[in-house]
Amino acid sequence: MQASPPSPPSPLAAGRYPEGGLAFPHRDLLAIADLPPWEILYLLDEAEQWVELNRQKVKRDERLAGLTIINAFFENSTRTLLSFEIAGKRLGADVVNMHAAQSSVKKGETLIDTALTLNAMRADAIVIRHASSGAVRLIADKVDCPVLNAGDGSHEHPTQGLLDALTIRTAKGRVEGLKIVICGDVLHSRVARSNILCLTTLGAQVRVCAPPALMPAGIEAMSVTAFHDFDAALDGADVVMMLRLQAERMQGQFIPSPREYRHLYGLTLDRLARAAPDALVMHPGPMNRGVEIDSHVADLAGRSWITRQVEMGVAIRMACLDVLTRRGRGVEGWT
Amino acid sequence: MSTAPALTIIGGRLVLQLGEPVRGGLRCVGGRIDAVGDVAAQPGDEIVDAKGKLIVPGLVDLGVFAIDKPACHFGGITRAALMPDQSPPLDHPARVRYAALSGKPDLWVHPLAAATRGLEGRELAELALMRDAGARAAATGRGWICDSGTMLRLLQYCAMLGLVLVVHAEDAGLTAGAVATAGEMATRLGLTSAPAEAEALAIARDLALAELAGAAIHFRQVTTAAGLALVRTAKARGVAVTAGVTPAHFMLSDNATAGFRTFARLSPPLRCEADRQALRAALADGTIDVIASGHDPRGAEDKRLPFADAEPGMAGAETLLALTLTLVRDEVIDIGRAFALLAGNPARLLGVDAGRLAVGAQADIAIVDPETPWLVASERMAASAGNTPFDRQPVQGRVTALFKGGARIGS
Repeated sequence: MQASPPSPPSPLAAGRYPEGGLAFPHRDLLAIADLPPWEILYLLDEAEQWVELNRQKVKRDERLAGLTIINAFFENSTRTLLSFEIAGKRLGADVVNMHAAQSSVKKGETLIDTALTLNAMRADAIVIRHASSGAVRLIADKVDCPVLNAGDGSHEHPTQGLLDALTIRTAKGRVEGLKIVICGDVLHSRVARSNILCLTTLGAQVRVCAPPALMPAGIEAMSVTAFHDFDAALDGADVVMMLRLQAERMQGQFIPSPREYRHLYGLTLDRLARAAPDALVMHPGPMNRGVEIDSHVADLAGRSWITRQVEMGVAIRMACLDVLTRRGRGVEGWT
Repeated sequence: MSTAPALTIIGGRLVLQLGEPVRGGLRCVGGRIDAVGDVAAQPGDEIVDAKGKLIVPGLVDLGVFAIDKPACHFGGITRAALMPDQSPPLDHPARVRYAALSGKPDLWVHPLAAATRGLEGRELAELALMRDAGARAAATGRGWICDSGTMLRLLQYCAMLGLVLVVHAEDAGLTAGAVATAGEMATRLGLTSAPAEAEALAIARDLALAELAGAAIHFRQVTTAAGLALVRTAKARGVAVTAGVTPAHFMLSDNATAGFRTFARLSPPLRCEADRQALRAALADGTIDVIASGHDPRGAEDKRLPFADAEPGMAGAETLLALTLTLVRDEVIDIGRAFALLAGNPARLLGVDAGRLAVGAQADIAIVDPETPWLVASERMAASAGNTPFDRQPVQGRVTALFKGGARIGS
């Protein structure tokens, strides 16, 4: 017997959002920077039902049945690709993965030609990851279906920003007013940018912490406070979000050694004690245990929400795929 | 040399020196200007009535990356200094000689010799042979010469040969891999960036070496407040330094890169608003000597790419005049200085007898209506590609007739 999906909370009934398609009037999800707070909240509220569904024995909804979703990943990914694939399949879509390593990109085809080829396959949504900032927007301009940015260079990773906001809201009941520390390789991190935009838009006080070489110029203009001293940044924090050193994006030497980096910026139990007693520990993964985060902290029961972030990720991606395909599916109010 | 009949242009307003234009005309004989001011046509002259429009020297564009005649003629450019960044580079006398002839008959092309072999910044190129083959100056191309020893020897050699060295000033250690100026915009877009100070750092070193060598140095583009301040003080103490810029840097700030617009990907990259304002002040106070187009037409294969993967550069020849005239309308400079920046100063730097309306000078002349409004439209430009960051921008000022050596172009 098939378990019936739980009835989702109905944000529309509460009158919190504009009617129908006006709640999310974009064809694509390219950047958190494009979204006002109520659109972010709409996606978070939509995701709640999928958190519930994903905890059932039978995790299946058929609303995207017959739709084709292409995951076009021009940069290696395991976690995000898997998360998008599971999200699409749980909604009943046919999900196809395209890896750049196997594609004609290696044979000299331009990104635009690849985009036109994908478009001709008549996908109902395309999920794109690319190593170059702005590449996903470039493709989106050339295709006729909704495009989801799964990470473009050091620019944005909007579903990560949303899933982190959902994780924080689930754990703390709110985002507004929380003191949130983002520590690590902020310079190269699209996760940091999407999180800064998402969390500040929702009213959090965001502190970013990095050595000068890994701190982007003018970051204060994004409504954050910048720290080089991790201990100072941690003072009274409600959430501590650690980032990985993105060695693959570094041209030249940015830090003397991983050991030295850990000495200054590694999240240890001692350091965590400077944060609020109930501070959450988060990490977008993959983690380098013993560098930016100690194993004791990463595995700290009740405090580390790292695996819950992965769980929220699937729910957020289901919500995004559902919402963005509504126009194509002719959902009432979304045409 | 010219077999064309004598030319008399009447009824115009002559742009002579600093200050307002004066009513009059000019007469050209044998390819040179024979009389300026209150002239009378002789029997047999070709007579052109300027109908009250401006009579100006043909523009001398100090720095194009491609020979693009339709774009140059649209923009009133009669002389273009060709950057050595060609494929292959202009680092051999034969290539320089060929390039010098490539504009005939209706565009002067003045090749700039590659300062180093292959423009690699290591070994000096055969500058004397290239000078004698027609190179009008030496240039480091799109790049900076990292090695200070090489740069000093190069400047000493140029000083001996009487060649100006045209330099791109960005410290290569800071700009490695960068496609934007460090700041809020680059941070929001997630683009690899270099601090604006990379320019001042390079200018400071190059000025010190040029002073030591007694060489004349021209910074092709000075785009930051700090860089301009260095040039200003060096000029004050009598260093043989000149500075140029392209309109993009006095018209636009790095905000123009929003949405990853690759037409706004330039080298040096667009700067912050404060630097743009400093540049306008430097245009007004004489720190800047030259406004050039940096004409670099790039097709979709070079520009329809992710921002960091796109080639830098813009098609600038057509918009050079109209964008410079915005400085006149904004009362940053007067019309006389506009044409000193566009023609007189670059001609002097290149050592050519043109760029001014004076008896004896080469008769390269444009008639310009400074008021004619038009819309810059990337998809229908005269240039071989429409990569302009000024797409859809309304501008004013059009060339209505162009003469090279007293002969009308396009007739």
